[in-house]
Amino acid sequence: MTMIFGVPLAVFMGQLTLGLVNGAFYALLSLGLAVIFGLLKIVNFAHGAQYMLGAFAALLGFRYLGINYWLALFLVPLVVGGFGMLMERFLLRRIAHLDHLYGLLLTFGLALIFEGTLVNFFGVSGARYATPEVLQGGLNLGFMFLPTYRAWVLVAALAMCLFTWFMIERTRLGAYLRAGTENSQLMQAFGVNVPLLITLTYGFGVALAAFAGVLAAPLYPVSPTMGSSLLIVVFAVVVIGGMGSILGAILTGLGMGVIEGLTKVYYPEASNTVIFLVMILVLMLRPAGLFGKEA
Amino acid sequence: MNTAEAYETNAATDSQTLEMLRVNDLHAFYGESHILHGVNFDVKRGELVTLLGRNGAGRSTTLKSIMNMVGRRTGSIVINGNETLRMKPHHIPRLGIGYCPEERGIFASLDVHENLLLPPTVRSGGMSLDEIYDMFPNLYERRKSQGTRLSGGEQQMLAMARILRTGARLLLLDEITEGLAPVIVQKLAEVLIQLKERGMTIVLVEQNFRFAAPLADRHFVMDHGQIVEEITAAQLPSRRDHLNTMLGV
Repeated sequence: MTMIFGVPLAVFMGQLTLGLVNGAFYALLSLGLAVIFGLLKIVNFAHGAQYMLGAFAALLGFRYLGINYWLALFLVPLVVGGFGMLMERFLLRRIAHLDHLYGLLLTFGLALIFEGTLVNFFGVSGARYATPEVLQGGLNLGFMFLPTYRAWVLVAALAMCLFTWFMIERTRLGAYLRAGTENSQLMQAFGVNVPLLITLTYGFGVALAAFAGVLAAPLYPVSPTMGSSLLIVVFAVVVIGGMGSILGAILTGLGMGVIEGLTKVYYPEASNTVIFLVMILVLMLRPAGLFGKEA
Repeated sequence: MNTAEAYETNAATDSQTLEMLRVNDLHAFYGESHILHGVNFDVKRGELVTLLGRNGAGRSTTLKSIMNMVGRRTGSIVINGNETLRMKPHHIPRLGIGYCPEERGIFASLDVHENLLLPPTVRSGGMSLDEIYDMFPNLYERRKSQGTRLSGGEQQMLAMARILRTGARLLLLDEITEGLAPVIVQKLAEVLIQLKERGMTIVLVEQNFRFAAPLADRHFVMDHGQIVEEITAAQLPSRRDHLNTMLGV
């Protein structure tokens, strides 16, 4: 059997794939956080809950309305994103003129309310969401077994990341977003409806989280607390990558997933903390993050 | 958003529309501090006027108040026959106003071309990209550069150029010559003359009196948040010494 640094190739590749898939989730979620932070200047603590809502909406939509996975992948981000826009319009906007810490507290409170409400109805144990039939099974690549659904998650998440990158870096709306992130007051003075831009941006960030939630539903148990544990890691990823660049957020997300996966192979005890160790290192050497702009 | 059209219909009936801008008893506040204390002035269509005064006299705040960029305002600001005091900030530019802030406001995350295309069109009849690049050939050469990599003079030209594309007919320009080399200041003077020939109405906040004097139809001198004096171009030669003392030049 082929060995890599004393580990069977199949095990190595298996963990690498797992790491990449986790990394794809980190990338999607940190991207949404970074986009929201850029324009609204608030740390969206509800991001994990919104990811969870995405997974729950897929689950309940299937259970009660018979909405299948593919339709959910399209509809759920729109519905949860729309819900996010209402949150922005009626809650976040009211405190936008205050210190940004209030935004953090408000979103944190909302996350607790969403989680608590769903725990009340569904408990914490988590439900299973069936993998769509065409994505069941796997491919034998010879040196490893690649589960089809994980490969799909990787492709779909990366495609969504690239779509986001394109929207922000190559379209007029994206130019508004980038410029608004720098100086929203001047954008108003050009006649851009900045409050609307803020609502749309928040909705888009939330929709990204919900999309990740639907992708995650067949992989992980769908439970009200699935988002909160993930979110802490995603915050670390955002700190490591820095707030400066979209591609930076994507690469950092994937990279951290891989580092975490490989740590599981070589030193499993540290796999839960390795990202935070990297974060500490990055904070000491490059406080603005790997891709962030030095203040 | 049809304020522009609404104005066109007003224009036929309203003889006041020779007036592009009328500011009446304008007070402005930043939080607790009272910055403008009853500013009064008017600008006629096609006129170029300056707001002169020492630093802190309230000239920049006057422009910002017109754009609804300060905390609180009272009084009246009529643009093109529309009272704008209660308008949302993003509706005001759509009356056909272009604003060039003192700090220029070039966006670092956009290249020159994107910066130029950024402000949405507010009215028809703006300059085309070709015309703008004709007027500012430097910008064409540097259109792929990041906005803030340009020299100070190029950034100033970019800040001017991007509001010419939008079809704005009233330009509010804040300290456009500040810190620039004489040759660039000369270029900006030529640009202003061309814009005036195109029928633009211009309010110029200026420290450089030598730059502003030959361009302007009227000068308003500000002090302590008020207009304290109005001087027409014709009166200027006899009032020059007096002005120099007032401005502390």
